[in-house]
Amino acid sequence: MNVDELAELAQTYRDEEATFRHEVRVCMAASCQSSGAGPVYDALAGAHGAQGGACKVKGVGCMGLCSAGPLVAVAERGADVAGSVLYRDVKPDDAADIMGSVGGVPVERLRCPTDQPFFARQQRVVLENSGIIDPDSFRGYVAAGGYAALVKALGELTPAQVVQEVIASGLRGRGGGGYPTGLKWSTVSKMTDPTKYVVCNADEGDPGAFMDRAVLESDPHRVLEGMAIAAYAIGASKGYVYVRAEYPLAVERLATAIRKAKRSGFLGSKVAETQFAFEVEIRLGAGAFVCGEETALMASIEGLRGQPRPRPPYPAEYGLWGHPTLINNVETFANIAPIIRNGGAWFASIGTARSKGTKVFALAGTIANTGLIEVPMGTTLRDIVEVIGGGVPGGKACKAVQTGGPSGGCVPEQHLDIPVDYDSLKTLGTMMGSGGMIVMDEASDMVDVARYFMEFCMTESCGKCVPCRAGTQQMHGLLDRIARSKGTARDLALLEELCEVVQATSLCGLGQTAPNPVLSTLRYFRGEYERKLAAGD
Amino acid sequence: MALQQARPAFPGDDKRWKLVNGTMRRNGYAGHALIETLHSVQDAFGYLDEPSLRFVAASLDLPLSKVYGVATFYHLFMLKPKGRHACVVCAGTACYIKGAGALVDAVEERFGVKPGETTADDRLSVLTARCVGACGLAPAVVVDGNVFGKQTAGDLVARIEELR
Repeated sequence: MNVDELAELAQTYRDEEATFRHEVRVCMAASCQSSGAGPVYDALAGAHGAQGGACKVKGVGCMGLCSAGPLVAVAERGADVAGSVLYRDVKPDDAADIMGSVGGVPVERLRCPTDQPFFARQQRVVLENSGIIDPDSFRGYVAAGGYAALVKALGELTPAQVVQEVIASGLRGRGGGGYPTGLKWSTVSKMTDPTKYVVCNADEGDPGAFMDRAVLESDPHRVLEGMAIAAYAIGASKGYVYVRAEYPLAVERLATAIRKAKRSGFLGSKVAETQFAFEVEIRLGAGAFVCGEETALMASIEGLRGQPRPRPPYPAEYGLWGHPTLINNVETFANIAPIIRNGGAWFASIGTARSKGTKVFALAGTIANTGLIEVPMGTTLRDIVEVIGGGVPGGKACKAVQTGGPSGGCVPEQHLDIPVDYDSLKTLGTMMGSGGMIVMDEASDMVDVARYFMEFCMTESCGKCVPCRAGTQQMHGLLDRIARSKGTARDLALLEELCEVVQATSLCGLGQTAPNPVLSTLRYFRGEYERKLAAGD
Repeated sequence: MALQQARPAFPGDDKRWKLVNGTMRRNGYAGHALIETLHSVQDAFGYLDEPSLRFVAASLDLPLSKVYGVATFYHLFMLKPKGRHACVVCAGTACYIKGAGALVDAVEERFGVKPGETTADDRLSVLTARCVGACGLAPAVVVDGNVFGKQTAGDLVARIEELR
């Protein structure tokens, strides 16, 4: 199949829908489903059946503003979320009103303005189809331009050219580390071992992060397309997606996507009628945070306890079952298709000098608009929190923003003007992480926050290396004493010393970064620790 | 040529063992199918007991110690039966900031069970989770597989009391 044939196929799929001018889109991602989107969808479909009319009711992926769910959008075919009439907190009883308004006067009492910064300020690359296409529909993805990048790569580019395009894009790993993706691909592609693997890390373990889940639930084919392009570029014929078992809906939609892609010839022994073969299998996690670490993840795919091993050798040389393995995060793979479609230079024109493209963030905590956003790299944290996120509700002041989960740290209010990219966050003692942002207001107790994250690392430590296994226990004990106002100045000094030791000597990222929340709260909120110290030595 | 191990007999004549066996067969009885297999045992029976661990070990030709090691390493695998109802309180960061602790306390006060425990009458198991990904709806709980967001202590206790 060549690019023109695929374009023709996409046009056929679009023509099939041309009888409808409008679509009524119901968000069927996990968050809106928890708010009752299922019954809303049924009611809308029922009302549609009763009224007839030239529109189509369809379930779509995440539209972003999770706190206002269930969300329903009435849009002309092809319009994006910001260009539609959006309704919030929809109940099944509203179905008749909404169906009656299609193509006419909107139902004002339910409206959620889409000209507010939350929608207007976003730039969607990874989420371009999210909230627009039906995630379970292969045709929907192709009609929206899906698999064009894969067909282009297979038909018009050599594997080396694909790698070159990714290098030119400047894309860096979206799982948190920020390692240049093109460089990783290039390393694996140079390995001479005939057996290689592509692994997608969907073990999104950071509490407060749900970007990868949303991508898998809203646009699963995009991840498969990215993986297939990667496999072609590095010379692999087998891929694994390692997903958390806690995300059943994401697993289900991904499984459907794999099945449909296979049936349509975009996965399997002759991908898009070429000699390129690529199979994808899902592997379920079983609730271990450490499995987000790449060597632990591979151990888990091999059916072992998810314990990391020292690197080097890196997975690029010695990965799954000893073969060269390319591991990238969900969001990284989701960026690949647009890069191949529009060129690396296009991607590199978005973002900052050293961090290219856009980033998806999950906004949560005490903030008006909780949900999912995608903004260009370099957007300031203040813009994200106060403008896009709508600030802290109830007129309270924002105290800090926590990024990077248990491996990251807190950015205090006075530093919110920092542009968000990999490097600037590091200078503040935190990290990009996978994209979770928790906003804390003045009521938050920072010592308690540090204790919370340390408890997390303590229970999630795999136990293999001593600094992490014993160190997190001891640090948690000290933090607990201080939080209960039972600690002394000596405890605080010991805590700081332990932080340094655990950071320097742990085997993997979990232990090395476990002290970060403590160090960062100590750096900006030391007074809170000191006020809690008991009298004594 | 590798010798074909004789497959062990099913631990009982329960039909659910066929499902478990199906998972292993699909993976060619390879050792790396261990986690998948344990998932399928837990899906079928609700938890992993000793006979099932022995059966899986023998079927996949793995030492029992290794199977036990994997079963105890991962938080999701349960070695004890759960109560008839399960209430999972999300303890992710967003939920924690928004008062997940108060939900756990309220459940403990009303039903006398801490996270990880089951009531004496086997009616209710209480668990905590590391983020169920419903941060937009914090604090969130999962009661018998259904996610409920923006919960207060009163909401949750009432919801559990309604369960039969």
